[in-house]
Amino acid sequence: MDYESLKLIWWVLIGVLLIGFAVTDGFDMGVISLLKVIGKTDDERRIMLNAVGPHWDGNQVWFITAGGAIFAAWPIVYAVAFSGLYWALLLVLFALFFRPVGFEYRSKIETHRWRNIWDWLLTVGGAVPALVFGIAFGNLFLGLPFTLNELMQTQYTGSFWQLLSPFALLCGVVSLTMLTMHGAVFLQLKTEDELVVRARGMALLAAFLTLTGFTIAGVWLAFGIDGYTITSLVDGNAVMTPLDKRVAIGESQWLANYEVYPLTLLAPALSLIALLTTMYFTLKHYAGRAFISSSIAVAGIICTAGFSLFPFIMPSSIDPVFSLTVWDVVSSEKTLGIMFAVAAIFVPIVLSYTAWSYYKMWGVIRAKDIHANQVGMY
Amino acid sequence: MDETVVDLSRLQFAITAFYHFLFVPLTLGLAFILAIMESVYVMTGKQIYKDMVKFWGKLFGINFALGVTTGLTMEFQFGTNWAYYSHYVGDVFGAPLAIEGLMAFFLESTFIGLFFFGWDRLSKLQHLIVTWLVAIGSNLSALWILIANGWMQNPVGAEFNYETMRMEMNSFSELIFNPVAQVKFVHTVSAGYVTGAMFVLAISAYFMLNKRDLPFARRSFAIAASFGLASILSVIVLGDESGYELGDVQRTKLAVIEAEWDTHEAPAAFTLVGIPNEDSMQTDYAIRIPYALGLVATRSVDEEVTGIKDLIVEHEGRIRNGMTAYGLLQALKSGETDTQTINRFEAVKADLGYGLLLKKYTNEVVDASEEQIKQAARDTIPSVAPMFWTFRIMVGLGFLMLFLIGASFYYASKHVAEHQTWLLKSLIFALPAPWIACEMGWFVAEFGRQPWSIGEVLPTAMSVSSRSATDLWMSLSAFIVFYSGLLVVEFYLMIRFAKSGPSCLKTGRYHFEQNATDQAGSHPQHSPA
Repeated sequence: MDYESLKLIWWVLIGVLLIGFAVTDGFDMGVISLLKVIGKTDDERRIMLNAVGPHWDGNQVWFITAGGAIFAAWPIVYAVAFSGLYWALLLVLFALFFRPVGFEYRSKIETHRWRNIWDWLLTVGGAVPALVFGIAFGNLFLGLPFTLNELMQTQYTGSFWQLLSPFALLCGVVSLTMLTMHGAVFLQLKTEDELVVRARGMALLAAFLTLTGFTIAGVWLAFGIDGYTITSLVDGNAVMTPLDKRVAIGESQWLANYEVYPLTLLAPALSLIALLTTMYFTLKHYAGRAFISSSIAVAGIICTAGFSLFPFIMPSSIDPVFSLTVWDVVSSEKTLGIMFAVAAIFVPIVLSYTAWSYYKMWGVIRAKDIHANQVGMY
Repeated sequence: MDETVVDLSRLQFAITAFYHFLFVPLTLGLAFILAIMESVYVMTGKQIYKDMVKFWGKLFGINFALGVTTGLTMEFQFGTNWAYYSHYVGDVFGAPLAIEGLMAFFLESTFIGLFFFGWDRLSKLQHLIVTWLVAIGSNLSALWILIANGWMQNPVGAEFNYETMRMEMNSFSELIFNPVAQVKFVHTVSAGYVTGAMFVLAISAYFMLNKRDLPFARRSFAIAASFGLASILSVIVLGDESGYELGDVQRTKLAVIEAEWDTHEAPAAFTLVGIPNEDSMQTDYAIRIPYALGLVATRSVDEEVTGIKDLIVEHEGRIRNGMTAYGLLQALKSGETDTQTINRFEAVKADLGYGLLLKKYTNEVVDASEEQIKQAARDTIPSVAPMFWTFRIMVGLGFLMLFLIGASFYYASKHVAEHQTWLLKSLIFALPAPWIACEMGWFVAEFGRQPWSIGEVLPTAMSVSSRSATDLWMSLSAFIVFYSGLLVVEFYLMIRFAKSGPSCLKTGRYHFEQNATDQAGSHPQHSPA
């Protein structure tokens, strides 16, 4: 396999990891961000926690593995993005800290105060990362203020507050409503009675907001935001650093890929259709189909962002030449090859035992299940 | 380069790793103890062993939650705070981290859910397999992390590429089978097993002292004592001294641990205690055991252990070479890529890292003054006293635990452990010992690596991100506040559940659920949910 194919494969694989994260851990975040919104009683909140209880930890590994994979396959992206978006990433991490301890500790003590505090912290642990991930993605389209020098040392000149531009905030909201929808749809699979009614209502609302936000973001991207494009010839097989190319900024350039490769239009089209079918199946009480639709919508929205940016990963707003692209951020051919082999072996294994664990834990959680096993359940 | 940022970044990494490492060893050890207990349950069918898995599993869960929490930081902190490091070695170092996620962390985290929630959904055998997979997963995690760490100490299988300005992998098998990583893995996981064993021994001892739930405590005690004895012997016998002749960083570390100022004739003596004096470069009031160091470190009587003074001289030579390498790199970067320059660079590039050491003292590496070169060479030796003492505390605690676990094993096999009040009290008192020893060992390994982040390749001072000191002060404080707060909660729950014992399972079979009043010496308390 040549270097160019490996570069493309790794772009796909990191996309797969991010989608895996959003589709699985996405509903965990969605569920716990709704904890105080639709969980009216302690029993209901425990049902919600136990709905994701056996899975959230495994799901979270998609995030951690995506971090490790970016380190291994795109070292300079790992370096520039995480040091530049320092406070955004720390905000995500600190919010995520509340999840392992929140799940594990919350129901261990019976007082109202104790549980109430953890419920709020868990809500933060669900909503804040969902919001910040979207804001970070939004900023990729706007470009981030970083430079690189000859030694490949990076300098980031922006602040956290500058990330909060209107477009990025819109992306944050889309991400939050998308994952809230996904969580609410997941709850339809795992709950009954009043709770499932509220989950359906929330799924409809969140799907509608996602649809609206996603559409506005698309229009905004088409008419209001300049995109980046590589103007020098790129040999995909060459060993490159980000400084070895020329880049121009132009109107509507973020949509250029859809003209060149019309098949990519499937991503936004599927996203919109899947959002509509999520609502339809929710209304019809087909929880399983709603969940499949919602998963497709989540994957489609991430693909849309990825396809629009391609081959860019992280454009620089200071000088477009520093922009990081699929061609020039990668590890050596050898490392990419080895890591591809590792991924080809282990991703299917992971998927199969994850599927087995869902199969084993399948089914609705009821208050009486929790009462019967006070000690063992969250 | 802002030295404050370097220091604060180091401190932040040290503190976050220190916290993480409070939870990891117990996870490593307790996971196997749970697997052993459950195996006994499946083989004998006795309910009490299932209760043991559930009770110790509950404490495992309380600890595991913070392990996951603090572990999240570790996966991302190289990027946030060590950006140049991440770029410079990501091609090599990132691989084991990513593989850890794919191969080990998924395994552990997916099956931990089934471990806790799958009791009624899985067959006995399925659940047992799940428990073993959790244990194997957490240990595989340790393997890949220590392969990554071993490479920081002894960076084999990689080469510098001037075009991309970074280290690139040239042998994956050398990276995996790095002997430093292998000895580190065995030593570290064994230390984790000892931690798990000491934890179960101490809490079981508490139940025995209070004459509560004796059948439960006895069985837990016996399993932990057997498992612990094998583990502590492994930690001590397979200590990682054998990795100390591999690579310059390890050799330096050894000399510093032993405060071996001069190279002595083989076989070297082991300095038992003494007061290392950095200024006069000698160890005052030293008590030495002849031959011991040579035997331990080189596994021979005729190889010498290089002393600190000679290492400094050696390093100075390599720094001068490194200046040449840096000059040639600058030429290559400015476009002089003729074969002759490339060949000259290839010949000296192994010492490029030593040239980079000068970056701390001057931006113009090639024009460094004699004084700066001498200073840089002197600074290739980490402070002696902290290394000397932390190592000795670790070893001392190791032998203390060998004694306690040995005694526990002896009395447990004679079925009289519960009557050895002195032993039970000592075990409770010694509960912090494995954690202190683990943290000391980690300190020796990583502080002893200084001034390098990657031995002989990349200085720590060059590895940091370009964040401001204010950023670092704020994030460091936030980590301390968050982690300490969570640690307090963890301690509170751990003590509460450990004290309540198996009664917290609410099976109706244990002490506090029966008539608490007729049990002498115990005070009734609410068992938690």
